[in-house]
Amino acid sequence: MAVARVENRTKTFGPAVDLSCRECGQTYDLGPSFACIECFGPLEVKYQWDDSADAPPVSPVTREQIEAGPPNIWRYRGLLPVPDDVLDKVNLAPGWTKLVRARNLGRELGMRELYVKDDSGNPTHSFKDRVVAIAVEAARNFGFHTLSCSSTGNLAGAVTAAAARAGLDACVFIPADLEEAKVVTAAAYGGRLVGIEGTYDDVNRFCSELIGDEAGEGWGFVNVNLRPYYAEGSKTLAYEIAEQLGWRIPDQLVVPVASGSQLTKIDKGLRELIKLGLVPAKPYKIFGAQATGCSPVSAAYKAGHDVVRPVKPDTIAKSLAIGNPADGPYVLDIARRTGGAVEDVDDSVVVDSIRLLARTEGIFAETAGGVTVGVLRKLLESGRLDPDADTVVLNTGDGLKTLDAVTSWARPAAVIRPSLEAFRGAVAGA
Amino acid sequence: MSVSVRIPTILRTYTAGAAEVSSEGATLREVLQKLEADYPGIGARILDDKGAIRRFVNVYVGDEDVRFSDGLETATPDGSQVSVIPAVAGG
Repeated sequence: MAVARVENRTKTFGPAVDLSCRECGQTYDLGPSFACIECFGPLEVKYQWDDSADAPPVSPVTREQIEAGPPNIWRYRGLLPVPDDVLDKVNLAPGWTKLVRARNLGRELGMRELYVKDDSGNPTHSFKDRVVAIAVEAARNFGFHTLSCSSTGNLAGAVTAAAARAGLDACVFIPADLEEAKVVTAAAYGGRLVGIEGTYDDVNRFCSELIGDEAGEGWGFVNVNLRPYYAEGSKTLAYEIAEQLGWRIPDQLVVPVASGSQLTKIDKGLRELIKLGLVPAKPYKIFGAQATGCSPVSAAYKAGHDVVRPVKPDTIAKSLAIGNPADGPYVLDIARRTGGAVEDVDDSVVVDSIRLLARTEGIFAETAGGVTVGVLRKLLESGRLDPDADTVVLNTGDGLKTLDAVTSWARPAAVIRPSLEAFRGAVAGA
Repeated sequence: MSVSVRIPTILRTYTAGAAEVSSEGATLREVLQKLEADYPGIGARILDDKGAIRRFVNVYVGDEDVRFSDGLETATPDGSQVSVIPAVAGG
């Protein structure tokens, strides 16, 4: 029983056709909607190729067209719910971050071919710039004047920066006890930054209520009423990884899990590439990574459950501290379908893994990156991750935003007088 | 026990657009039963076929997610605020 389907005739949303409930399949017009009226299930963007009668469906873009595009996510605009003329719009143009061949880390871990997808290279130093860029275009399409979000920190900065560039107002909400660097970098771009006394889940709840209130009228909440569009931005991680590997999909991916949206959209992106014939079809395994202090999805995976019981977070990996993950059930589905797993590591392993990645590859990850590298190690030790298969681990943020996690050991080797004698005595040969 | 219930936008077709309505009951279960009696059809949107809170619905009594307390048996003292919120936000 589908409601009226309105074709995207103006191409305002590129190849998108409509919104569809991931639970019950109910379809909706492309609008600022995020939950199914029938069952509250999440709405996601459907594309012209999803219901294509062609087998395989015709890709709207070729590899060559993509390769001729700009060095940012808009090279994949033909696969995203954005206007055809998005290149003419003013935005932060994120993406096309480095895929680093991690030879030193791989050697240390006994792996044959390991890569780090380093998304700290984005404009505000986290993967969130990707998703926000799509949400900004949706906000423009729907005529919103203010960009908003609930955030564990990285998203708040991505939104205030993107709003500044796009000429929109911003009002973003964070837990009041976030890392200082995330507070400062979110506030620096202007707009209004509001600290909420509570956890991220309290902030999220507040935003969900604000959206139905007069005070939130005209606001585009990137991860609430714009969430179906916003989430699609994470597909570009999959596209980039495949293109940077020479148009092939890696055997194994280790992805952090907060709400679970990023992992589900990486899977969606990989499946699209195969379906559209842009990469050869092959199996791949997706592994989810959580911090033990906030590991509801990992706990559900280990217990064999297909639902996720919410938890109260207690971890230094605050960017992953979502106790009630919206896409948790889908992460479980994907990990099981692909033959992956969901695993967690405690905060001491997170810190040690930040140090390992920095020492071996010159990549200073935020705590979420410590979680993915830590889980990579744990999966290798337990034999669930194949050291001979090519593997991509994600670093989604910048260590400069979570300095507190490393200040106990990241200190000068010595403080000395400016003399050779003092140097020889304190440092040289030590 | 008079209780105030906040209604999410997508369910306001059942409450003639009202964002907040009154209900009664000593527990969340009773509050939702009264809500269904006053606004027929709304109960089936919040609860599934087995009578459990739907997977993608969060219900709060005051500031507490009822999944952390007693679920549908969570007490709703006089003057409580119940909030029904879509769970698919955030991240």
